Amino acid sequence: MTRGEVDRTWTGAEPAPSRMWPRDLVLESFAGMFARPGRMMLTILGTSIGLAALVATLGLSRTAGNQIIGRFDELAATEITVSALPAEEGRPANDLPWDAAARMQRLNGVVAAGTLSNVDVGGDLVRGTPVDAPGRRAAFKVPVEAASPDLFTAVRARLREGRLPDVGHSQRADKVAVLGPNAARLLGVQRVDGLPAISIGDEVFLVVAVLESVERKHDLLSSVIIPEGTARRGYHLASPESVVVETRVGAASLLAEQAPLALRPDHPLGLQVASPEQPQRMRAGIRSDLDLLFLMLGGVSLLVGAIGIANVTLVSVMERVGEIGLRRALGASRRHIATQFLLESATMGAVGGVLGASAGMLVVVGVATYQSWTPVVDPSVPLLAPVVGGLTGLVAGLYPALRAARLEPVEALRAGT
Amino acid sequence: MPPLVQLVDVSRSYGSVAPVRALRGVDLEVDSGELVSVVGASGSGKTTLLNIIGCLDRPTTGSYRLDGVDADSLSDSRRAGLRSRLLGFVFQSFHLLSYRTVLENVMLAEVYGRREWAGRAERARNALAAVGIEDRADTVPTRLSGGQRQRVAIARAIVNQPRMLLCDEPTGNLDSVTAAGILELLGGLYEAGLTVIVITHDPGVAEWSQRQVRLVDGRIGSDR
Repeated sequence: MTRGEVDRTWTGAEPAPSRMWPRDLVLESFAGMFARPGRMMLTILGTSIGLAALVATLGLSRTAGNQIIGRFDELAATEITVSALPAEEGRPANDLPWDAAARMQRLNGVVAAGTLSNVDVGGDLVRGTPVDAPGRRAAFKVPVEAASPDLFTAVRARLREGRLPDVGHSQRADKVAVLGPNAARLLGVQRVDGLPAISIGDEVFLVVAVLESVERKHDLLSSVIIPEGTARRGYHLASPESVVVETRVGAASLLAEQAPLALRPDHPLGLQVASPEQPQRMRAGIRSDLDLLFLMLGGVSLLVGAIGIANVTLVSVMERVGEIGLRRALGASRRHIATQFLLESATMGAVGGVLGASAGMLVVVGVATYQSWTPVVDPSVPLLAPVVGGLTGLVAGLYPALRAARLEPVEALRAGT
Repeated sequence: MPPLVQLVDVSRSYGSVAPVRALRGVDLEVDSGELVSVVGASGSGKTTLLNIIGCLDRPTTGSYRLDGVDADSLSDSRRAGLRSRLLGFVFQSFHLLSYRTVLENVMLAEVYGRREWAGRAERARNALAAVGIEDRADTVPTRLSGGQRQRVAIARAIVNQPRMLLCDEPTGNLDSVTAAGILELLGGLYEAGLTVIVITHDPGVAEWSQRQVRLVDGRIGSDR
């Protein structure tokens, strides 16, 4: 080039605005992010933790909710309890027959049936140990229940130790007792291999078993349970109070109709059949409670992630003031600067979303596997997570990006070297 | 043909309460192909003048026309467009991005000039060759000496083939031998037809230029 050769006089008119290729904008954003890879990773980590928490909580709430609902559904749909109504005046009592459990078991669809009666012990207290320790209370008011042998199956009792009483105990009216776990703790019964004794009033009973849990009739957890025959002979139990029936899935409603006829064909209207709350209503209630709780938890996590992005983008803008000044001098408009920083924060948010969704899914599957549950995740959750992450990054980057764009080039050049 | 730079009664003050008047009624015309040095004491308004000429700042009063266009009334985006097409900047502290290679630093100017992708690297290498450091294209600026960094900055300023080069103390951070090399380079660009305005407080640099404008307290003290 020689002097005079460059004479590209520009023809005036309205000069064109600054423009850049979208591809350049994307590449510049990426270069800006990768300029400080450590910080970029930490920022992404912040967002991904937030989104992992969101995905995991949503997934776990659905998984756990499904499990709980399944449990409620199953228990609720397979249980009926039949009891006697108070007798009308001038009519004989609406007693359940002693063979009520056996009669129920003859019906198709019954898995197990047992009778359960509260025993009136006339205000007698229950003692765990015959020796009174000074300063320690030894006698308690503990409910005493009489049960037929099959009742333990019908309430799905799990045994901690010992052996449950059988028909023989009942027929012989043996003075044996089964303790619910709370009652055992109250009465100080630790083990049953030495056949510890408890006394109800003046009557001594041998403890043959301690329950671990029951899935129905939770009152049994705090009760002393004696054989029905024993209650009949020792405490004048006139008739069983109720029959607890476990049915097969789907058989409950039909059995609820058949039970009064099977038990008291002479006077079926004297009995009442109890079935728990409608499962569908319960399902909806539980699901909405869980969803709201976990959604709030996830939302808080996401907010923390967003604040992280906003913070890092703001620090990044402050650190790169000189670079912003240079870019402005080279011809970047305010819009270019704002878009570059927004792209950076949105990209970090979206990448955090992808990683967070993956981590969240792993957590859901891991917890579900550990608990032997079926992992249930709404398919839109992991797919939407990167979008939510990107939007979070975009919103979080808005203020820093506008701040960067508002910088005057002269001041930016002066501030940064 | 209008002058490339035309300032008429330009003033610039900062702050609304007790404003500092950096420039007071400056009239200045620079024609295409001139080599002008602007000298003056610290705080005399040299950098403010350069910023207004470079469309980085706007005058408080008065008018500024760049190549016949009223640059004051343009939108931010159009002024940015003017900078990318007509102007090249060289700063005292180089302003190179440390996380980019030398070549990428030069190509950054092409990004905002919206140059076609094809040929970008080649043009950047040519610009580096013109300043004599094409062999350092793939290194990062932090591995270069001060003089080399300023050469990279000059390559970045000329890669879009601007009409005018605006240099703010281009030798301020350099030793005298290196500074002489940079001045020789700028002189060569001027010889090739580029308009060059250099701000300096170095009398040697001022002597070297074709035209010397002296600012005193925001006013033009002498112009010869």
